[in-house]
Amino acid sequence: MKLLVCISKTPDTTSKISFSQDGKRYLDEGIQYILNPYDEWYALVRAIELKEKFGGQIDVIHVGNATSDILIRKALAIGADAAFRIDMEPMNSDEIAKQIAKFAKENSYDLIFCGKETIDHNSSEVASRIAQYLDIPYLSYCNHLEIENDKIVASCELEGGVALLEAKIPVVISAAKGLAEQRIPNMKGIIDAKKKPLEVISPIETEQLVELVCFELPPVKSGVKMIDPTQIDEMVAVFKNELKII
Amino acid sequence: MVLVILEEQNGRIKKSAIEAAGFASKLAQLSGMKVCGLCLGRTINVNELTGLGLDQIVQIEHADYLDSSQWISIVAQAKEQLGSKFIVLSNNSLGKSISGGLSVHLKMGLISNVVNFKSQEGVLQFQKSVFSGKASAWYAFSDLNGIIALMPNGFGIHKFDEKPIDSKVLDLKIPEPKIKLLDRKLIQGKTPLTEAEIVVSAGRGLKDPSNWYMVEELADILHATTACSRPVADAGWRPHHEHVGQTGVAIRPNVYIALGISGAIQHLAGVNNSKKIFVINKDPEAPFFKAADFGVCGDLFEILPKLNEALRKSKMN
Ligand SMILES: Cc1cc2nc3c(=O)[nH]c(=O)nc-3n(C[C@H](O)[C@H](O)[C@H](O)COP(=O)(O)OP(=O)(O)OC[C@H]3O[C@@H](n4cnc5c(N)ncnc54)[C@H](O)[C@@H]3O)c2cc1C
Ligand SMILES: Nc1ncnc2c1ncn2[C@@H]1O[C@H](COP(=O)(O)O)[C@@H](O)[C@H]1O
Repeated sequence: MKLLVCISKTPDTTSKISFSQDGKRYLDEGIQYILNPYDEWYALVRAIELKEKFGGQIDVIHVGNATSDILIRKALAIGADAAFRIDMEPMNSDEIAKQIAKFAKENSYDLIFCGKETIDHNSSEVASRIAQYLDIPYLSYCNHLEIENDKIVASCELEGGVALLEAKIPVVISAAKGLAEQRIPNMKGIIDAKKKPLEVISPIETEQLVELVCFELPPVKSGVKMIDPTQIDEMVAVFKNELKII
Repeated sequence: MVLVILEEQNGRIKKSAIEAAGFASKLAQLSGMKVCGLCLGRTINVNELTGLGLDQIVQIEHADYLDSSQWISIVAQAKEQLGSKFIVLSNNSLGKSISGGLSVHLKMGLISNVVNFKSQEGVLQFQKSVFSGKASAWYAFSDLNGIIALMPNGFGIHKFDEKPIDSKVLDLKIPEPKIKLLDRKLIQGKTPLTEAEIVVSAGRGLKDPSNWYMVEELADILHATTACSRPVADAGWRPHHEHVGQTGVAIRPNVYIALGISGAIQHLAGVNNSKKIFVINKDPEAPFFKAADFGVCGDLFEILPKLNEALRKSKMN
């Protein structure tokens, strides 16, 4: 079984969000980047579990510059076999998907895993785009996944429920919470990761269909109105007159 | 022409689709275009659609599950036949499974998680929610047409004057599915979190799952949907689908009520776009108070039973 896991980086979840004066650029000086949790905790670990059961090879792919290499090594330490980095600073999800789709086409994978979204851009676009470029089924927001011969049976999140879906390999999957349990890399994994291959690939050309105008921070809250805990009537009045929910 | 995807459920159009229709109509008004709704599934009574701002409706009766590749193909055909400049859809589970593919297939730009738009010096700009709601980014389409996927509950519901709607017939071919639906399990009766107007949420401050009856009581009184913090879902006190925050569901209700939740940054990331936030916490230093509109600093085991009773009484009057 040949598995590809698409890994992205994102600012650590507690990072302060600030932008350059013209609003064009996210200020990431001094910001700690992490692997996107959905990619690391769920997509990669489920791929490792499938390899443990059926054997095979797990490749990870990242579209980004060399500053990501330390995070790519972490994915190798958790259990991927080989890594590929497409050397560019992507501007949008179409660029990323196009690069990954081209690579995946040349290497024919059975399963391509993404996370359900990156926690900075929250786009949920990349996986759906890869599936379209490759013209293969896309199972979105998957929280349970089994392989039966050449078929995938997956439970995928819907508003207020799940759908149990079946598709033929190859497929693209986006991983949601529940697909696997986070694994922490151990010492042996970290040492082995140093010897695993990390190949750098040149990007292909892409075009831009959307343009960033500027980032913007939300208006600051005007401050909290505190209610004395013994004043139940006042709380009821707030529910009634201000929140208008009774 | 603005094409808007109207998703139906059990023969009624979803709340997220009403929101999408409103956005499409406002966008059309500003740019002097007409709006056409596309509804795939059970036939909707056209009377239900007046007041949403639509000029035209294309309905395709289809009883079975449609997978993402079928949706993409049909929406693309409709777009070509109608010559639409913009496609608007909700970025709910359907939207997320098709919007990227649609963008690739039609070679149209896509801006996802859009909450608003404006015209600046004649250029349409769309506001996308980023960094889990902690900031937004304004985007424009390079060639003045594109796909807009709306963040549920972001733009809100807008009503329009009732006007007659043209039923239009297009020649659309449904391709073979790539995915088979084996089963669908929906939680009955409750409004899904992403569509809820009022959410009552609780955290580790509740101490034990057996105390959740108080939370449910409040939710019942307010007709609210329940949610929880991550550790509560991780411990199995509450089902995973209730977990809100950075790694859970991101929501934008009108009112979010947080009980015994500290307000860690990862929790806030999923809820800080709620229009109003009401917090009960016994710790005056709890970070949630900084994000709240109304706060009560006290022991929820004392406050909640009394509050529930008083609210119930007030409702009866
Ligand atoms: C990468 C990452 C992602 C994460 N994603 C999420 C996420 O999506 N969602 C999420 O929720 N968390 C997430 N977390 C966890 C988050 O950091 C917090 O640990 C979590 O939100 C805390 O949950 P809590 O507020 O229920 O519990 P606690 O932090 O234990 O807070 C309990 C609160 O209850 C109050 N309390 C206790 N007793 C009472 C009482 N009798 N009356 C009134 N108040 C009382 C306390 O004062 C306290 O503020 C994430 C963490 C990481 C590292
Ligand atoms: N730069 C990247 N390199 C590799 N994979 C990525 C990259 N960006 C996003 N992805 C993958 O696409 C998923 C969804 O990202 P997005 O569409 O940006 O929300 C992520 O969880 C990753 O699996």
